[in-house]
Amino acid sequence: MRRVVVTGLGLVTPLGADVETVWANILASKSGAGPITKFDTTGQKCLIACEVKPADHEYGFDAGKRVDHKIQRQVDPFIVFGIDAAGQALEDAGLTDMSEEDKLMAGCSIGSGIGGLPGIESESLVLAEKGPGRVSPHFVHGRLINLISGQVSIKYGLKGPNHAVVTACSTGAHSIGDAARMIRDGDADIMLAGGAESTVCPIGIAGFAQARALNCSYNDRPEQASRPYDKDRDGFVMGEGAGVLVLEEYEHAKARGAKIYCEVIGYGLSGDAYHVTAPHPDGDGAYRSMQMALKKAGMTPADIDYINAHGTSTMADTIELGAVRRLFGDAIGNVSMSSTKSAIGHLLGGAGAVESIFCILALRDQIVPPTLNLDNPDEGCEGVDLVPHVARKREVRAVLNNSFGFGGTNASLVMRKID
Amino acid sequence: MSDTADRVKKIVVEHLGVEAEKVTEDASFIDDLGADSLDIVELVMAFEEEFGVEIPDDAAEKISTVSDAIKYIEENKG
Repeated sequence: MRRVVVTGLGLVTPLGADVETVWANILASKSGAGPITKFDTTGQKCLIACEVKPADHEYGFDAGKRVDHKIQRQVDPFIVFGIDAAGQALEDAGLTDMSEEDKLMAGCSIGSGIGGLPGIESESLVLAEKGPGRVSPHFVHGRLINLISGQVSIKYGLKGPNHAVVTACSTGAHSIGDAARMIRDGDADIMLAGGAESTVCPIGIAGFAQARALNCSYNDRPEQASRPYDKDRDGFVMGEGAGVLVLEEYEHAKARGAKIYCEVIGYGLSGDAYHVTAPHPDGDGAYRSMQMALKKAGMTPADIDYINAHGTSTMADTIELGAVRRLFGDAIGNVSMSSTKSAIGHLLGGAGAVESIFCILALRDQIVPPTLNLDNPDEGCEGVDLVPHVARKREVRAVLNNSFGFGGTNASLVMRKID
Repeated sequence: MSDTADRVKKIVVEHLGVEAEKVTEDASFIDDLGADSLDIVELVMAFEEEFGVEIPDDAAEKISTVSDAIKYIEENKG
């Protein structure tokens, strides 16, 4: 069977716009949260977010580095973040100058949960105020979710599968899992896989706040607002950014002497069939998703050393933990499980990809990232290592990443070190 | 250089992300400045906003160089 390995990584997050800076900040327990600066929040219930920082910030994002000026003007920020992260991943993998033959077998699976909401909002206002003749001719293709994959394929000449997942907050994980299958099935040798999101805009913040999903009670203490598993958690903090991985067929990577981070060995998917926003109270969907990923990997829970949890800082945190406890049984005593959403917020469609990259770096560096703000663990957290406050060195042989989304969609990925 | 020409060139530089020196009066939007047909639609909209003129589709189709745009605006602005 064709095996799938990871050979390149790219990140744009509220804690930095390159992999090593982000990882250093995560391990240093920094928070990317702050007051919203992108728009006037007057009248909003939620006043905070984890924004990607401007270029002049210590760990800001310079869009001009990899994205053409004209494209920056025409497309929503989620596409700009995605193009940049994909470029980083290709550079990291040493694949910026592929042969024509390789390009035919290289594709993209980079999705988004929501897509170009800021542009839909602003252009709707143009339509209402100035009429249809003032709507941008780039409105549609500057907002479409599959246009990260589209733009990246055009920029780098990637002629293989061109795919884009839309499964809300599990998008990033599904994107990686689907892309891995395409490689395994022989549709491609190389896939850029991941997700991006940028919905820190008036309608995005208002919409999630109205759905009672956002934290609205820590507006004066933004860095403490994302607190997964803590008794005083009160909703997620919106993040933005992108994560993109280069997935590659193992023999292809070996033949060109590529640096190999890890193997993508298991992928599980399930549906809750329960409620549009709330997870099944028993964590049934999460359980089956993780179970399938482990089965595909040919592993047992005792093989997993680290779980990067979905853990959004909502009531659902303990439901996920309950499902892990049920699946892992006695093996729960060995595993470390943390939520990096405590540091960078919830990147929605980007989350699963960014967090998979953190899992991979945990494998590389044999250290697990912390759950910030976990001052008073909630009931149900007993006996589980949730890595409170500070990162910890430990053996990490294999990792599990969970992502769950509105609509009751679940994805789990298992990755392991490769000899 | 006329005020109209200055303003037209400024819009072209901003929208197409090209260097100001390249935006000469005889530069073709598509052949010299890297625009595509949708970029021209956007440029025409920006000219309409900036100068308060209306550029109907049949006139817009004939605008292919910087000087075509300047000429049309000079002749039609109020």
